[in-house]
Amino acid sequence: MDARNGDVRIGVFVCDCGSNIAATVDVKAVAEYAAALPGVVVSREYKYMCSDPGQELIRQDIVEHKLNRVVVASCSPLLHEETFRGAVAKGGLNPFCFQMVNIREHDSWVHTDRARATEKAIALLRAAIGRVAFHKPLERKRVPIHPDVLIVGGGIAGIHAALTLANAGKHVYLVEREPTIGGHMAKFDKTFPTLDCAACILTPKMTAVKKHPNITLWTLADVTGVEGYVGNFQVTVTRRPRYIIEDLCVGCLECIEACVYKQAKVPDEFNLGLGKRKPIYISFPQAVPQIPVIDPETCIDFKSGRCKKTCIEACADRHAIDLKQQPQVETVPVGAIILATGYQPFDARKVPNYGYGVYPNVYTSMEVERLINASGPTGGEVVLRDGRKPESIGIIHCVGSRDEKTNKWCSRVCCMYSLKLAHLLKEHTGAEIHNFYIDMRTPGKGYEEFYNKLLEEGVHMIRGRVAEVTDWATTPEEEGKLVMCAEDTLISFVRRVPVDMVVLSVGLVPQDDAQDVRRLFNISCSSEGWFLERHPKLAPVNTFTDGIFIAGACQAPKDIPDAVAQAGAAAAEAMVLIDKGYVEMEPNTAYILEEECSGCKTCITLCPYSAISFLSDKKVAQINEVLCKGCGTCVAACPSGSIMQNLFEDEEIFKEIEGVLVNV
Amino acid sequence: MKRYLYYPGCSLRGTGKAYEESLLAVFKALDIELEELEDWNCCGATAYMSIDEVNAFALAGRNLALAEKKKLDLMAPCSACYLVLNKAQHYIKEYPKVAQTLEHGFKAAGLTYTGAVKVRHPLDILINDIGIEQIKARIKKPLAGLKVAPYYGCQIVRPYATFDQMYYPVSMDKLLRAVGAEVVDYPLKTRCCGGSQKGTLPEVGLSLIHILLKEAGRRNAQVVATICPLCQFNLDAFQEEAGKKYGEVSMPVVYFTQLLGLAFGFSAKELGLERNIVPAKRVLAKFEPAVA
Amino acid sequence: MSEEKPKSPQAGPNGFEPKIVAFFCNWCTYLAADLAGTSRVKYAPNIRVIRTMCSGRVDPQFVLDAFARGADGVLIGGCHPGDCHYQEGNYKTLRRVKMLRRVLREMGIEEDRFRLEWISASEAERLKVVVNDMVEKVRALGPLQGDGTRDSGLGIRGEG
Repeated sequence: MDARNGDVRIGVFVCDCGSNIAATVDVKAVAEYAAALPGVVVSREYKYMCSDPGQELIRQDIVEHKLNRVVVASCSPLLHEETFRGAVAKGGLNPFCFQMVNIREHDSWVHTDRARATEKAIALLRAAIGRVAFHKPLERKRVPIHPDVLIVGGGIAGIHAALTLANAGKHVYLVEREPTIGGHMAKFDKTFPTLDCAACILTPKMTAVKKHPNITLWTLADVTGVEGYVGNFQVTVTRRPRYIIEDLCVGCLECIEACVYKQAKVPDEFNLGLGKRKPIYISFPQAVPQIPVIDPETCIDFKSGRCKKTCIEACADRHAIDLKQQPQVETVPVGAIILATGYQPFDARKVPNYGYGVYPNVYTSMEVERLINASGPTGGEVVLRDGRKPESIGIIHCVGSRDEKTNKWCSRVCCMYSLKLAHLLKEHTGAEIHNFYIDMRTPGKGYEEFYNKLLEEGVHMIRGRVAEVTDWATTPEEEGKLVMCAEDTLISFVRRVPVDMVVLSVGLVPQDDAQDVRRLFNISCSSEGWFLERHPKLAPVNTFTDGIFIAGACQAPKDIPDAVAQAGAAAAEAMVLIDKGYVEMEPNTAYILEEECSGCKTCITLCPYSAISFLSDKKVAQINEVLCKGCGTCVAACPSGSIMQNLFEDEEIFKEIEGVLVNV
Repeated sequence: MKRYLYYPGCSLRGTGKAYEESLLAVFKALDIELEELEDWNCCGATAYMSIDEVNAFALAGRNLALAEKKKLDLMAPCSACYLVLNKAQHYIKEYPKVAQTLEHGFKAAGLTYTGAVKVRHPLDILINDIGIEQIKARIKKPLAGLKVAPYYGCQIVRPYATFDQMYYPVSMDKLLRAVGAEVVDYPLKTRCCGGSQKGTLPEVGLSLIHILLKEAGRRNAQVVATICPLCQFNLDAFQEEAGKKYGEVSMPVVYFTQLLGLAFGFSAKELGLERNIVPAKRVLAKFEPAVA
Repeated sequence: MSEEKPKSPQAGPNGFEPKIVAFFCNWCTYLAADLAGTSRVKYAPNIRVIRTMCSGRVDPQFVLDAFARGADGVLIGGCHPGDCHYQEGNYKTLRRVKMLRRVLREMGIEEDRFRLEWISASEAERLKVVVNDMVEKVRALGPLQGDGTRDSGLGIRGEG
């Protein structure tokens, strides 16, 4: 039905949104203005258009007044365009004969002058009314969803999402760049507030991943290419060589034992450099997969070509070692992607006054986790680098968090883990422990109770930001110690506390390559660098790119319970897509009017999706509807004006321009 | 041949004479040409800034505007001058009100100010423009075995740390090592010397002076090398008084340029080493050139 | 200081308030405007937003038409280079804008009346700064004399 030549019957609905819009915009006046415009058959004001009665109003009016166009002036289309399109459809009208006007986020919420806000609302509404007359009925195209899911990142969030989806019968690719899954949680000794052993609760999930028939686990792997769109992604994964054939290795670890290096000499990444490993190694005893890795940078055979290769001898009956192994590139189709790439700890060298890297006995919290851990480099003994046992320990909260100079945010977990470390360190060493904090943030379930328990254990709490850690001694007690200088704000006194060991509770920061990763997947990051969620409250695991979800610390600092909850949420969102089986594409694709195309080929090279091809027989261009994403670049570029875009026709936009410039 | 505008400031012509003497000697040895800024005026240092901010910027700004006439970087060896000139530049750039007010002043003096001048510190010039290799090439007598505590003071790292790190600067350390000295680890290298508090709040000022000297001794330094005339004055002139009150300390305090000069073969007199109140002869005599 | 009307040192004659047409891309700048809304960031009410999926959709004819119909300024908002939801649309916008500027200059339309800004979805504050700044500048330039009808073609009167 082409209503361009008159016969337009427009229904206008202006929403109060309670007082959100009505308090600033004179909604009544706006509705009245609209009522007087040509083509407008009914113009209403209503309290909450998105409510059931509000939507019912639309449906009713369409039927009663035989409307063929509907305009709703309310909030952002990104919030409720779908809602109102649905209501329009219920009224028997094509949902695309509808236009929405944003007079809340773009008007009542950002302006204070009532007269001018109302004037603006009227102009915007006028634009929409002019535009909607040119809308034509459109159909959504359905695109099938590939049932497989890609999960990037094998930490606790990625593992949980993978298991949830796999248990629901979906096939999952879990891609992890380290040689083992487990993420940061695998490094912890105990988790707060229950003081559960981290490995004990994590490793069953890790083995479940390995055993699950629906999970394809690729470790030492990176995603190197992503093509396609929701439901139909083509993902390229590069699997780096571990020089051991996974299918043949049984995890006996004899090769490590047999290595020509009798002593471990290489700084051990998993133990943050506090321990040593051999060139052939396994990250930690419960690593999954339970398959060693050979490090080509330190393996003698790789460096010099001359080694007895005792490792190969030890594996003589299985021949699992292949020093010539090449990277393997896999390209797989998936329908949904979950990013669970996690965080990295703040680099404490960026706060030089705490002496990390200068004084040997200043540690980060992560390093202390490894010291405390029984499978760590010191077997659970907390000893300083010179072998002494510390008799006094200072823990500094908020290193790299809540700081104008480094990161403004609160990293959410550090107060709790600082208390946990205080408890564990006291248990392991019997030392005097001093926690220097700004505020004690313990909001979770059982967290405040944990804090209270700790207070009873005799840990000294000093409310004050540490100014510096120095080895400058002013009294005999300070000789040979690290002195922590801070103002104890509760007693208004500057204190110098001498300790043997300083622990820096470092905050959580986005991964170094977060920007590269998000560009690869075409999502956004917030200004701090965390992956951007679609809505901070109502859509924390969706992104603005359909089909791609985020979970865990990569979205923002959080503790394990929240990471697991988000992982479940992301898995559920992915399941929504897969179980529905199809996704409906927004019909804003471009199309070419063949008779007007002059065959200049300007458009062909402009399309990033290669959706435009040239028909050499007809000498005109043609757009593949399925590949077209609706950006409109070719539409604007066409010299003969023969490319149009559904929902964003030139005429529609010209009408909007005319409307917004009306003198009210 | 490197050329710089030279802004001595009041101190280098007064209590900091030894700084100028040794600086000029060292720069001459390195073939660096210094052209004294014509008609320079007092920078106002920290004192004026606390009393009348805008006028203080005008005072400093005049020097910057004068320097703009030549297309050269402006070297300000005194830490206070260095900071004040930088601060004036910053404020004129960041605060339109300051810039507007100063416009009138510049116009009245017949000067133009665009903020184009680069204010440099001798440490910056020596490390970044000249380079360690050039310095090493001029060594006649390496300061082997001399243990030095490098003391930077506060004004070249707070609030702006432009050419070195804020908490643990290393440029002077590098220079001293280059001429063969052993630089001790001195955690108080940017700690306040008290500034003018020896005059206004003597119990505070004197105590801060003592802390610095005592720790240098405890770190087994034989001499403290400094870059600021006020720091040098405080640690040198009031050493005896501090020792009487808080415990004896005995540590010669010299300018880093005096040590560089010794390594380059200049005599104690040429480097103003005879101006020191706490005699440096005991420690540095063995590095002096043999008397002909 | 949190008002939406920036205090201009020189208010236009007769309290003139410029009308600025803004073309915002759906994925970045439109979202930034939404975020400004949810965060209650206040800015000048002089802009009217027209949504396109990508800044690459903005045809130079839209800009000229806006000026002809009485817009005193036109603002295009898109994603930062490298971040375009459609890979490269914003690069094409950039190219087009560069050429369009020449045309506008020939027509005597002052440079400050036409702006292209990259504003990402999280940059609500930046949006406010850009809008307020543009409104202030255009207000100081005064009204652009378009006679409000499309048929006047591109008869823009007004000296550069």
